[in-house]
Amino acid sequence: MSSAAKHALIDPIVDENPVTLQVLGICSALAVTTSLLPSLYMCLALTMVASLSNAAVSAIRKVLPSSIRIIVQMTIIASLVIVVDESLKAFAFETSRELSVFVGLIITNCIVLGRTESFASKNPVGLSFLDGIGNGLGYSLILILVASTRELLGSGTLLGYTILPTLAEGGWYNPNGMMLLPPSAFFVIGLIIWGLRTWKAEQVEQPEFRIHEVHRTEAF
Amino acid sequence: MRPLRKLLDRLGPHFSQGGRLHSYQAIYEMVDTLLYSPPDVSRHQPHVRDAIDLKRVMGLVVIGVAPCALVAMWNTGYQANLAMQELGLPAPADWRGSLMAALSIGHDPDHVGAAMFYGLLYFLPVYAVTILAGGFWEVLFAGIRNHEVNEGFFVTSILYALTLPATTPLWQVAIGISFGVVIAKEIFGGTGKNWMNPALAGRAFLYFAYPVEMSGESVWVPPVDVVTGATPLAIGAERGVAGIVEQGVTWMDAFLGGIQGSLGETSALACLVGGAFIMYTGVASWRIIAGVMLGMAATATLFNAIGSDTNPMYAMPWYWHLVLGGFAFGTVFMATDPVTACVTNLGRWIFGLLVGLLTVVIRVVNIAFPEGIMLAILFANIFAPTIDHLVMQANIGRRLRRSA
Repeated sequence: MSSAAKHALIDPIVDENPVTLQVLGICSALAVTTSLLPSLYMCLALTMVASLSNAAVSAIRKVLPSSIRIIVQMTIIASLVIVVDESLKAFAFETSRELSVFVGLIITNCIVLGRTESFASKNPVGLSFLDGIGNGLGYSLILILVASTRELLGSGTLLGYTILPTLAEGGWYNPNGMMLLPPSAFFVIGLIIWGLRTWKAEQVEQPEFRIHEVHRTEAF
Repeated sequence: MRPLRKLLDRLGPHFSQGGRLHSYQAIYEMVDTLLYSPPDVSRHQPHVRDAIDLKRVMGLVVIGVAPCALVAMWNTGYQANLAMQELGLPAPADWRGSLMAALSIGHDPDHVGAAMFYGLLYFLPVYAVTILAGGFWEVLFAGIRNHEVNEGFFVTSILYALTLPATTPLWQVAIGISFGVVIAKEIFGGTGKNWMNPALAGRAFLYFAYPVEMSGESVWVPPVDVVTGATPLAIGAERGVAGIVEQGVTWMDAFLGGIQGSLGETSALACLVGGAFIMYTGVASWRIIAGVMLGMAATATLFNAIGSDTNPMYAMPWYWHLVLGGFAFGTVFMATDPVTACVTNLGRWIFGLLVGLLTVVIRVVNIAFPEGIMLAILFANIFAPTIDHLVMQANIGRRLRRSA
């Protein structure tokens, strides 16, 4: 695998993660992460749409007039989303009902349009496809982390299997109801970003302004 | 006292730059500044000639909370002893009961001392866990970020402990204060930089995370689970003021504080006494408190006028709103937090009115939440900087027009 391909595939997973660095795709990360199974389907759906739309946009990038490119990109993405949505309804009906509108809303997921616009319209097909896969994996990584945390702490289960037996079932774990509410995803994503930027300090944004900090013993 | 000062002076060098224990400087500084005034003297302008500092401000608030804390202890013990007497239960077999038996303090509800002591045995563990868990985070962040552990946490800890039901499991107490200190305060930079009241944020976290232990569905009378029912506010939501009075709770009971509720919130009188003290000393803004009262009274009166056939809360008069739930406590001690409230005078009025309005709207219209003051204050905290900004812009505009 060439170095460019490796970068396109690997970089978005940690170093340029679409959720934690670019803070895109937050809406669905809040909505579908109450439990792990629908999140996995969501990850799969987004990765499919991102990679295929990247490849499709890249294939027509040289004949696509710049003035209508966004509309064409949206049409491609929307068609792919409909295909994915229909496939989910056909093969995983229960989960697709749980995901409700959020599969359809992949159309508006900034990650997909962001990649087609910023990457696929300037790069060859194969590379664009890998970039789509990479960004899908980066999104998936965060979604799986968030969903595992929320399902484990909120219901004491993972993929429906009991890990921490809850009080209601005669166990010892008192489930944290907060984890089943959307705000908890904000906290979990925020903590992940905090941890990630502590680990990789180059991801920290420059502050717009700085409050001058002086320790009391240095002030005099 | 001199040996203590000498001991601190001898230990000091170990904690300063280059000393062996430099990493623990935050702890040394915390103990030192708690016991003695800092020795540092300013050598450059500006020279501030004022005795008030953060330590004194926080100390005044702690004094202001004292009446609430005392009533909290008495009421917790009183409610427990009363329930045991009414149900004819024997003295509880847990460690509290054993300790009381060993000291031969009875469970007579009319004995104020016995009730106080029994309540203390409920309040102390909650408070100790709050101090330990919250203090751990405070010291950790102070150490890493090289800032001081300041007295603000004393206020946060006692306010937080007083907003909890007496029967809250201690591990929940620890989780709640950890959330409040870390998420609501430290990640924004610590005391003075938080936009949300840490005590209230911790309380809100528990409210949503563990609603069974926190919400007003059942009364929290230790030590028995036998007594279940609804808190006065929850009864009010179902049957209005008439329902509350039927339960034997008069307005005077609710005002004085001899009713069930979270530790420190039951007595409106104690809150108002403490509030008068911190308003007199200038720590709390009277404009915020007046704004909350006015907003609450106006909104409650409006709902009275609108009326409703199905929701009895519409008919609850403003003086009942004042004494039920955590309204008085939140108004006096939470809404007036100088860091998270507005800082302009007009802004304070608007902030207060917003809190009062939202409290009554949540209480009356939202059936899912019997209590509204906590969410109202947190919501108003979000808007405080915007309100201040608009007030200042308006003032700048007015002055520009005047000089134009």
